[in-house]
Amino acid sequence: MNAIDKSAGLDVARIRADFPILDQKIRGKTLVFLDSAASAQKPRAVIDAMRIAMETQYANVHRGLHWMSERTTEAYEAARDAVAALMNAKDRAEIVFTRNSTEAINLLAHSYGRGVMKRGQAVLISGMEHHSNIVPWQMLRDSHGIELRVADITDQGELDMADFEAKLADGRVGLVAITHMSNVLGTVTPAERIVALAHAHGAKVMFDGSQAIVHRKIDVQALGCDFYCWTGHKLYGPTGIGVLWGRRELLERMPPFLGGGDMISSVTYEQSTWAAVPHKFEAGTPAILEGIGLKAAIDYVQAIGYDAMVAHEASLTEHALARLASVPGLTILGQAQERGGVIAFAMEKAHAHDVATLLDRQGIAVRAGHHCAEPLMRRYNLDSTARASFGVYTTHAEVDALAAGLLRVREFFA
Amino acid sequence: MTPSDSFDDLRDLYQEVILDHGRKPRFAQRLETFDSTAKGDNPMCGDRVQVWVKFDGDSIGRVGFEARGCAISVASADLMAETVQGRAKADTKALFEAFREMARTGTCPSCDAALAEPLERLAPLSGVHEYPSRVKCATLPWHALVAALDGSKEASSE
Repeated sequence: MNAIDKSAGLDVARIRADFPILDQKIRGKTLVFLDSAASAQKPRAVIDAMRIAMETQYANVHRGLHWMSERTTEAYEAARDAVAALMNAKDRAEIVFTRNSTEAINLLAHSYGRGVMKRGQAVLISGMEHHSNIVPWQMLRDSHGIELRVADITDQGELDMADFEAKLADGRVGLVAITHMSNVLGTVTPAERIVALAHAHGAKVMFDGSQAIVHRKIDVQALGCDFYCWTGHKLYGPTGIGVLWGRRELLERMPPFLGGGDMISSVTYEQSTWAAVPHKFEAGTPAILEGIGLKAAIDYVQAIGYDAMVAHEASLTEHALARLASVPGLTILGQAQERGGVIAFAMEKAHAHDVATLLDRQGIAVRAGHHCAEPLMRRYNLDSTARASFGVYTTHAEVDALAAGLLRVREFFA
Repeated sequence: MTPSDSFDDLRDLYQEVILDHGRKPRFAQRLETFDSTAKGDNPMCGDRVQVWVKFDGDSIGRVGFEARGCAISVASADLMAETVQGRAKADTKALFEAFREMARTGTCPSCDAALAEPLERLAPLSGVHEYPSRVKCATLPWHALVAALDGSKEASSE
């Protein structure tokens, strides 16, 4: 198996040794973890960075005039630099830390939607969004008179560009909020075309990069978008820290999201003034340890290199699509030309939850359900699917184990 | 895949009786005449069930159901329908409580002897206690049945 995995330019056996959790048995079987799109496992470097911070160098940030606070502030702010470099942001002040992608989108809906957009304008999303990129806009619609539009997707699971353009045509769309890679279909959306069309019609663009950040090198300046969000725990970092990148001039026009400490310049009972970006959007004690862990995750990913990660994932995905095609009665959702390592499927005569439980009995972890994308499931007339997703530590042998496990499930239900 | 593949590792939850009832449910039909009906819905996984009941005095005469969901939920609905027919309404609620405890914990030490026989029939489902996220699959049809007994249209579930 290593021979194959090394061919993609990645020594997967060595990488697996960096992830302590992978080396264990589940229900007496070797763990085959194929649920990284929900949350990825953590390398030793991340675990150690957070532990060492707690053991040697921890205090609150941005306020204490003592050694521990200064050092902790440096470590935490180094995470901002690492994120800025990772995304090729022009300015480190454009990196706002949030709790996760969901909070980043809620921040945008609140601060940009309520604070900058005008009643009668519209937000345009797509037919393959995660609930986190649907519900905040519905709330904005209901509280603020902002229309919510949905661009169709094709049966192949790609954005219907004609419909997308048609929904921009009247010039009332103020913001396009759209996934950069579907968490169900694996589809990578045509970011540059989306930005060009949106800007031509006067709309700003936010990408939900929760999945894409793991699967593509993200360069926000090259993409030309206006906002981009993602979450740390899918990029091998800890939970509890996410990122909203926004163009500085836009962030500066936006009112704060949450009020409290750290986000102010000065406070009197009559009024308060806000700190400069990004701190204006970061009320309260931040996720300090998680920031430190996120930096370690970014360093880890950068050391491997996106080129090698992307090649490995492409190789796994191609292998998986071929192997799963050989399982009778299995339907894969979406056949996008450009796709990442996330594969949702339905099995004839077996419900996705039964499939997931029976795979689990064989030590194979997949997700089953609507994947927080109920409208998308409905589009394909399904209640639920099972989903396998890959990480940097996934091997071709694990994909083979999935295919063999699915054949057994099929036989079992025959 | 060989014919000798024993599937022993898959059997503890999916016993033959569950597979059989999941595949060929006997009571999976809407009743033409009924006294009460209620729906159960598990939004977390999309399982949906509707139960129809025809009473016979203070007892349950017939039960029919339509279920859209996993093998566990369909098998549970079918075993439920089979088990409660002819049973007094009040006893059925007690049986539900006992079954729910069994689904959550694997056993029902507090259950009285009167429930031993029906619980024995439902016992193949006790394996779900190892899968907290699947317990609801087994109990959803019962929630719908109890809602029908109470005359409410929608099951309230835990």
